[in-house]
Amino acid sequence: MFSFLIRRLLQSLLILLGVSMITFVLLYWLPADPVRQIAGRSATAQTVQNIREQLGLDQPLVVQYWRYLGNLLQGDLGRSYLQRTEVSTLIMSRLPASLLLMAGAIFAELLIGLSMGVVAALRRGSRTDQVLMIVSFVGVSAPQFVVGLLLLYVFAVQLHWFPIGGYGTFSHLVLPALTMGILGSGWYSRMMRSSMVDVLRQDFVRTARAKGLTRRRIILRHALPNAILPVIAMIGIDVGIFMGGIVVVESVFGWPGIGQLAWQAIQRVDIPIIMGVTLVSATAIVIGNLVADVISLMVDPRIKIR
Amino acid sequence: MKHLLATSALALSLALPLAAEASTLDPNATAGGGIIVTYKDDVATLDPAIGYDWQNWSMIKSIFDGLMDYAPGTTDLVPGLAESYTISDDGQVFTFTLRPGVKFHNGREMTAEDVVYSLNRVTNPATQSPGAGFFGSIKGYDAVADGSASSLEGVHSDGPLSVTIELSRPDATFLHVLALNFASVVPEEAVAAAGEDFGKHPVGTGAFSLGEWTIGQRLVFEKNADYWRAGLPYLDSITFEVGQEPIVALLRLQNGEVDIPGDGIPPAKFREVMDDPAQAARVVEGGQLHTGYITLNTQMAPFDNVKVRQAVNMAINKDRIIQVINGRAVSATQPLPPSMPGYTDNYAGYAFDADAAKSLLAEAGFADGFETELYVMNTDPNPRIAQAIQQDLSGIGVSVSIKSLAQASVIAAGGEADQAPMIWSGGMAWIADFPDASNFYGPILGCSGAVQGGWNWSWYCNEELDAMATKADSVTDPAKADERLQMWSDVYMAVMEDAPWVPVFNEQRYTMKSERMGGADALYVDPVSIPVNYDYVYVNDVQ
Repeated sequence: MFSFLIRRLLQSLLILLGVSMITFVLLYWLPADPVRQIAGRSATAQTVQNIREQLGLDQPLVVQYWRYLGNLLQGDLGRSYLQRTEVSTLIMSRLPASLLLMAGAIFAELLIGLSMGVVAALRRGSRTDQVLMIVSFVGVSAPQFVVGLLLLYVFAVQLHWFPIGGYGTFSHLVLPALTMGILGSGWYSRMMRSSMVDVLRQDFVRTARAKGLTRRRIILRHALPNAILPVIAMIGIDVGIFMGGIVVVESVFGWPGIGQLAWQAIQRVDIPIIMGVTLVSATAIVIGNLVADVISLMVDPRIKIR
Repeated sequence: MKHLLATSALALSLALPLAAEASTLDPNATAGGGIIVTYKDDVATLDPAIGYDWQNWSMIKSIFDGLMDYAPGTTDLVPGLAESYTISDDGQVFTFTLRPGVKFHNGREMTAEDVVYSLNRVTNPATQSPGAGFFGSIKGYDAVADGSASSLEGVHSDGPLSVTIELSRPDATFLHVLALNFASVVPEEAVAAAGEDFGKHPVGTGAFSLGEWTIGQRLVFEKNADYWRAGLPYLDSITFEVGQEPIVALLRLQNGEVDIPGDGIPPAKFREVMDDPAQAARVVEGGQLHTGYITLNTQMAPFDNVKVRQAVNMAINKDRIIQVINGRAVSATQPLPPSMPGYTDNYAGYAFDADAAKSLLAEAGFADGFETELYVMNTDPNPRIAQAIQQDLSGIGVSVSIKSLAQASVIAAGGEADQAPMIWSGGMAWIADFPDASNFYGPILGCSGAVQGGWNWSWYCNEELDAMATKADSVTDPAKADERLQMWSDVYMAVMEDAPWVPVFNEQRYTMKSERMGGADALYVDPVSIPVNYDYVYVNDVQ
């Protein structure tokens, strides 16, 4: 187990190095000049050249990347071109909000997805089952921008149950977490349903029934814990899916996370921020996958460590 | 500008200080209270030497002051931190007398040394100011720009309240330059203390000081109780909430949670708002110093043929394009917007006439039309406008393929001599830095902009016009201000003859406000402060 972890950690570092390299090269090749974004429309050619030299953007790609990597190893993500602040400051001030949103989203998707899946499995083939599976299908397919605005309009603007966007209290978290959770819950309800159906067919469930346990006890004590474990192991992978989703959801709800930061930076070719957010997201995804692997191992010893 | 220069400088120094300031106070105004303004994007920086987008421009204006300023809601120059000034007969030496007793937010009194420091700072290459070039006419600028000197030869203080600025050439726009944010007066010790983070810890002399800045969430401006304009500002605080989608901001405004949506009314909701009398009553409409245009690359065939450029000018149905944006603009005939001094009133421009365009095209040898590309920024409504242009041009046999790209990519393409035959300027269009006719020429129509990485995307370079422009800007005699504007009018008329642009429309501004907001309408469409002039607006529901 220990050597497995070490190996996976080393692999993860290689992945991150690859991500940094690919992103850097792609941004370098972008048909847009960050210096001109900084210099603005009234700058003289001299000003543009002067800024290019000060930022080291007149150097060849390899030199630029090598410098970036050197700073990165010292924990320096550089300074934002346009916000003129340390990228690490910008990311650290926004990361907690994104993590909170992600935690809320995972809670929401599990709550909705697992209960829908269990109910559908118990009523397999019934009208309820069909309706729930259609709902989950819609949840998976609906664009988050639409879901977000719909929830906002109904529950915040019309019903006044929640604030119209913003950040700070629990009630601010509900709608954005729900918007992201609805997408994930669609997958979870389907996985939970099949996992549960599978478990309910197992011998030990029949045994439990045979020895006269109540239906309630069979489901809650025997079937559910067994069915839920393989599903829970998927959470780590969700991190990756959510990293993509937060860009949209944070925009709609005015949630001050790193998704908004990334979106703004992309529009303004603020390369240090784009690099920083990409690396942080990649790290989160790598860690998520690592956690997923470890949980799967613990849940199901039959999985072989290679 | 012309009003001011027409007044003698001496009379100005005696008459202006108290009388003019008092008259800008609104007798109905109540002091106190706070407002909430929303924006989608983060505020980049509040460093006046760096900030150069329409979002932070008005914020910086409220935190800092320069020697010159504009009367609220107008384009009329008035002295700011300068109490008075004199201009030498040759127009090259400006002497400013500063207001006594003006304090920075840190409590220290502002002096002439601060003015000298600030001008040296903004022109120093290490500051990386996007506005450094505006100060090019100051004596010694070139030495500072190339690093061979660390201070401007032409700027010095004579005593604690007097500054002399010497120019290397006559520059009729120089007082406007001193009203730009880039010329704001900053205290050296605060810049030194904050280092590279001065933009996050700004200290000025302005009506508001920065109270709180939570990155990604909000900025709070607090009233400067020591502000040198007595009785201002009216508001105790302004909270800027960032990260708010325009559509969500509108919902919150309708719900009474927001006072001004800084990004304006989202296009998709515009009709809905304007069709509701209650909401429309809270929208203030005004002109702005903006022109939206199509550039025709004069160095790429077939746009190197003036007849082709004129034919394209005739083929565009501007009124229909304005319909595409719900009528939020007026159609343009020339580069200058109508509210800019120097605008040519009796010029009709190229009327929409597809038949005339076709025959002109045939005359140029393109009876069967040609194929070309139109570059456009990929955010709504620009691609839809590009489609309208495409349709209009197909009407005269020109087949256009649309290249819809991110803003930075369009700008990059425009800066190459041989890449973009046509560009629709939407989303990157020219908005004046200062209200003077010269501001629509140099970088976007002059030879100096027709360089790699420049903003003259039609690559139009007419040396004769450049000479006329230089001549016009050397007219500094206030008595000849009208003559100067006529020279500029001639320049733009000559440009239209050569037709490197299709001027399409001048966008109108629509600022929506909450019911509790007070102050003259002009403050809500202030030509210099977008969305509003924060120093002069107030709220009606102060207890």
